[in-house]
Amino acid sequence: MAEIVRGQFDRQMRRRRLHGQIFHILCLVSILIGLGMLAALLINIFIDGWQRVNWSFLTSFPSRHPEGAGIKAALFGSIYVVALAGALAFSFGVAAAIYLEEYAPRNWFARIIQINIANLAGVPSIVYGILGLEIFVRFLDLGKSVLAGSFTLALLVLPIVIIAAEEAIRAVPPSIREGGFALGATRWQTIWRLVLPQAFPGILTGVILAVSRAVGETAPLIVMGALTFVPFTPDGPLSRFTVLPIQIFNWVSRPQEGFHEAAAAGIIILLVVLLSMNALAVLLRNRFQRRLEG
Amino acid sequence: MVRHQSALESSFSDAYAAANAASRWKRYLPERIIKVVLFLCAIVSIFTTIGIVSVLIFEAALFFQEVSIFEFLTSTKWTPLFASKHFGILPLLTGTLLTSIGAMFVALPLGLMSAIYLSEYAPETARQIVKPVLEILAGIPTVVYGYFALLFVTPILRAISDDISVFNGLSASIVMGIMILPMVSSLSEDAMRSVPRSLREGAYALGSTKLEVSTRVVIPAALSGIVAAFILATSRAIGETMIVTIAAGQNPNFTFNPFVPIETMTAYIVQVSLGDTPTGTLEFKTIFAVGLSLFVITLAMNLLSQFIVRRFREVYE
Repeated sequence: MAEIVRGQFDRQMRRRRLHGQIFHILCLVSILIGLGMLAALLINIFIDGWQRVNWSFLTSFPSRHPEGAGIKAALFGSIYVVALAGALAFSFGVAAAIYLEEYAPRNWFARIIQINIANLAGVPSIVYGILGLEIFVRFLDLGKSVLAGSFTLALLVLPIVIIAAEEAIRAVPPSIREGGFALGATRWQTIWRLVLPQAFPGILTGVILAVSRAVGETAPLIVMGALTFVPFTPDGPLSRFTVLPIQIFNWVSRPQEGFHEAAAAGIIILLVVLLSMNALAVLLRNRFQRRLEG
Repeated sequence: MVRHQSALESSFSDAYAAANAASRWKRYLPERIIKVVLFLCAIVSIFTTIGIVSVLIFEAALFFQEVSIFEFLTSTKWTPLFASKHFGILPLLTGTLLTSIGAMFVALPLGLMSAIYLSEYAPETARQIVKPVLEILAGIPTVVYGYFALLFVTPILRAISDDISVFNGLSASIVMGIMILPMVSSLSEDAMRSVPRSLREGAYALGSTKLEVSTRVVIPAALSGIVAAFILATSRAIGETMIVTIAAGQNPNFTFNPFVPIETMTAYIVQVSLGDTPTGTLEFKTIFAVGLSLFVITLAMNLLSQFIVRRFREVYE
């Protein structure tokens, strides 16, 4: 009798172990599919575009002929728009985070602001394009300009900056602030000289991630009215413009093979910029963590 | 903190305070100004929301003065840019649903299994390498995924079956699924890792295998977080624009066939923005009605996800 039970148990155990092993392999395969897709994407784009990446590609304006087309206008447009958007999002975002963490009383109003920020982070980016078109382009009459584009992107990434800055400020221990107050410093002196320097690496990481999001955004700027064919670099804040992702989109949508190669080359430039920004953010985060531990 | 300070200050003698009144005023006035400026920055986000909601509602109201809401919600034809105009959002809605549900069919199993692997199976070193690499997937701009869908995935699909058009929902769905996979896996993994070790150890002590612990203990305990992650990812897929614009086409077909060209709500907004439709016309106002629908749907899903986390989270000590 005991023999039979034991035999049954062993058989069942073998089956359970087998199922476990199959499941383990399936899980591993899932993650490999994800990583494999990433590899396929990167390799595919590199093969399509690497022979187009050269100095003249960076310094030529777009053209009707795919061989001569370059990304000069898009590159300058991206730099102007994203730099301005980053500066705006940084100043407004950090200021908002300081208010929410250091000044705001813990009441319903502060809670509403928090919930609102969380929900804004989930609004589709194309909706920000509609907002930019109506408020900045038409209502404030800025035209479809660099200024209107950077305002739109700044609003889009603002929640990212605020959330990151809040976390960084919250991570500064209260004892630091108490030390400041005990020495007779005012609230602002304490924040400016003690809290912010401590929180700065964390804030910077958040800002870099927000800027890298802004660099890759296409849809809101299309809706806002950025151009798709621009044979000039922006000459001022009210100049019309295009950005790198829109230029890539424009080339992808054309039927000619040559433009697809140009698009792949543009993507290589875009990815190099983004990956180095992400690497910088990770580096900063690691240094920051070590300093907190040490 | 303020109260402590002022208590301290009031303990100084009145004479001292009076002598210092002038210098204190000079010292605290900037403090007040700074506080007000910071407050104004903090409510920019509130004005953003008010701006979005009022722009969408105001412009959509103008649209609905000319087109009945009933037609908008029930007609199965969307042809605002043609001579014979129909304003039924259903074709755009089915296009959006088709691609987002398709994306979830890819992202849900792959993301959940990846999360289980990372949380339950992977050795710590593998986890620390794989996680950041998966996060790269989340940081790639969507226009790049659009390129990948149109020029890599679609040709492969077309080599497998002749029925598939150059522009189709299937390719866009697959690539969009890959795009939201890191979001599903990292949010689900966070939920699984917050399940306390003691629950797992209890199950192991009863003789469970790793599979049984993962599927019967960890997943049920982390379910609220996992469901919230799925909803959030779906909402992200619904609002996604460039992949579907590039790879799924611009033909508002009322169909759930993944092999034919379709058009999503977001792709339609891009199509109008790129075209030469003059602002102020009825054709142009359609983008606000479509934008409002998109905003309402994604907002509802985000709120639902937050609600599920708050309401159904299992809290352990």
